[in-house]
Amino acid sequence: MDLSTPLGDEVLALKAGDRVTLSGIVYTARDEAHLEMMRHGIPFDPVGAAVYHCGPVIGDDRVIAAGPTTSARMNKLSGFLLDAGVRALIGKGGMDAAVTEQLRGRGVYLAFTGGCAALAAARMRLEGVFFPELGMAEAVWAIRLDRLPLVVGIDSAGRNLFAEVQARAEAAAGRSGDRSSNTFSK
Amino acid sequence: MDPRLYQRIVDATARAYAEAVVHLPPDVVGALERARDDETDPVARAELENILANIALARSTNLPLCQDTGVPVVYVALPPSVPFEQALWDAIADGVRRATVAVPLRPNAVDSCTRQNSGNNTGAGMPAVHVSPGDTFTVTVLPKGAGAENTSRIEMLLPSEVDRVPEVVVRTVLAAGARPCPPVVLGVGIGGTFDGSAALAKEALLEPIDAMDAYETALCAAVNRLGLGPMGLGGKTTALAVKVKRAACHTASLPVAVNVQCWANRRATVVVEVD
Repeated sequence: MDLSTPLGDEVLALKAGDRVTLSGIVYTARDEAHLEMMRHGIPFDPVGAAVYHCGPVIGDDRVIAAGPTTSARMNKLSGFLLDAGVRALIGKGGMDAAVTEQLRGRGVYLAFTGGCAALAAARMRLEGVFFPELGMAEAVWAIRLDRLPLVVGIDSAGRNLFAEVQARAEAAAGRSGDRSSNTFSK
Repeated sequence: MDPRLYQRIVDATARAYAEAVVHLPPDVVGALERARDDETDPVARAELENILANIALARSTNLPLCQDTGVPVVYVALPPSVPFEQALWDAIADGVRRATVAVPLRPNAVDSCTRQNSGNNTGAGMPAVHVSPGDTFTVTVLPKGAGAENTSRIEMLLPSEVDRVPEVVVRTVLAAGARPCPPVVLGVGIGGTFDGSAALAKEALLEPIDAMDAYETALCAAVNRLGLGPMGLGGKTTALAVKVKRAACHTASLPVAVNVQCWANRRATVVVEVD
């Protein structure tokens, strides 16, 4: 399915594992940007917006490299965005059960392939910046996407593909006959 | 040191860094292509297609593959005619600073406690430089990103636990989950000392990944049975390869280190001309 921002109820029909493309404006935000938005408010219209977990390399007003960063760092920082009407979080590695609940009936988590900074940059045009004082990696950049290829990692019905794959991997490790060990218990 | 030789070391380091962050070595691209061809899961296949498209785009635009251009880990082969002196380290650090501006690289090196960024990818003990004797003077740069490095492990096993080595490798990947940007390459160091096993694990990442011995093949198969797949979204290939290096160790210890590397198993070697 080809999606574009601002997003609406069409995201509620998406299922974990669906492949989609996304076009239109997205806003980058990492840890510092989330904290800044909590303190000073969201600087863009959050209704139907998509937030991209990314610290891009910007040069000459152009996106040079802009792959996704690890979304799990924002697990405890994302609720206010969804409460304000944000419909999609984009990043890599998935998010936790609490975010999965916050997305329920409201929005989706979209996974973009980690490390694919050149592919991302080829489909992006820089539109503007908020909080530039946070520095290049942490500022909120407004970026226009042209059909960025994504996978629905968490859908609005509570299915979390990352959690399912991890649970199957834990079960496979348990079955493999390795002596069970607390060595790497998390 | 002869100033012309110093400049050639600066040039070689900067060129190797630029090459490493833009062009993935053919053995790694080949492994990714085989993983794509073997994959039946549509999501996993799409992830691998994205990775291969990204590799081609980086090559055609001469821009970095990934915005995490890593921290510099440098391996030098030093012939007898080149003096082993501080200038070697200084020239390599100059090369890193030059590459940071020229490529450009993301400035990643910070003071470990104040978190102050030097802005040029160098700092105390950074770049890490490892020197060994050789016939040809070469500089190899292995830029190491943080996502995968942060999931690496060292385990001090008991001497009676040699058969637990595979479990250490598998559990490291399981605990890492989606975070290291799989499909990963694993460098495994077995033996030596606490620090030595980690150094071996990182050196193992320099080995070509298109050949594995029986032990490495078995470790790789065990990891792939987890089914984490590309980006942790499920699939056949969780590890592209496992490479093992061994050293003798104390009769009372068995260090095992697993250095996790993302699919971007970047490394490049440049020869330095000597008069």
